Amino acid sequence: MRWIAEVHVQLRPGIADPEGLTIAGGLRALGFASVSEVRSGKLLRVSFEADEVDQARGQVEAMCRRLLANPVMETATWEVRADDEPSEEARLA
Amino acid sequence: MSPPRIAVVVFPGTWSDRDFLDVAQLVGWNARAIWHAERKLGSVDAVVLPGGFAHGDYLRTGAIARFSPIMPAIESFAASGGPVLGSCNGFQVLCEAGMLPGALLRNDHLEFRCDWQWLRVEAPASCPAWLGQIADGRPIRLPISHGEGRYYADGATLSQLEATQRVVLRYAEEDGRVTPDANPNGSLHSIAGITNGRGNVLGLMPHPERAAEAEVGGSDGRLILRSLTTWLAEQPAAAERRL
Repeated sequence: MRWIAEVHVQLRPGIADPEGLTIAGGLRALGFASVSEVRSGKLLRVSFEADEVDQARGQVEAMCRRLLANPVMETATWEVRADDEPSEEARLA
Repeated sequence: MSPPRIAVVVFPGTWSDRDFLDVAQLVGWNARAIWHAERKLGSVDAVVLPGGFAHGDYLRTGAIARFSPIMPAIESFAASGGPVLGSCNGFQVLCEAGMLPGALLRNDHLEFRCDWQWLRVEAPASCPAWLGQIADGRPIRLPISHGEGRYYADGATLSQLEATQRVVLRYAEEDGRVTPDANPNGSLHSIAGITNGRGNVLGLMPHPERAAEAEVGGSDGRLILRSLTTWLAEQPAAAERRL
């Protein structure tokens, strides 16, 4: 069965994010005065095969731990879905 | 005595390998390049991971390179006490591989910074293979060339690095003072280079290989590269490391 994982990788809270700071400054300069913070990150969309949902989630967590996020400075959150199913959420602490 | 054998690791996207090979003879090395897809180092006395953009630095700097086939041999070599140097991208690879603590993040000003930089050498005795010939506290001047050199580690790791004198290079002024203005990328504690607990692995963002000849603007890099030559010559004829 085919699954799609959308993995969001972000710097851990408290780690300076100069890209986010710069974007926030840009938004305020455009008149969005209420913007207090932007945190940047990346979105990775992974297509893969697994027999069932628990196996799919387990694979994504393993991918995050092995490669997709560096726990020294990043956190990862992800959603796993089959094509015609509602999205499932999970979180890597 | 024959010159020490140095393996210079080349990943797809490495760019400083030629500079290390170019200055090898000047600093008394018998250096050769080794492709990242190899699984054995052969008989070598030290390993260098040069700068560049291994695997395009995609995902994170060093994230893909750390899984290269050659990496287990390098980790074994380091674990047996063999000297390993990671400069710039090589430092990033060593951190991703867990051979050094912490990580290198995007420079705080978001610019790629290519410039000459003064550094203060601290506690060289913590890393005798690479810094043994440099006086404690001495300012040296080396090129930096990176967009992601902001050293980060959590508070506990930083405290441990400081307490065990493993911060061996800091961004500094010409007179050796460590000031916020001298920090080119926002590194915590102005860290430019650290060593591991055993003191045989050195990671640094600057490029010693680009400053080994007066003709290119400075030769302080030779102090680091020649420290290794001297240190190796002083070691008792150790058993061959074949990994």
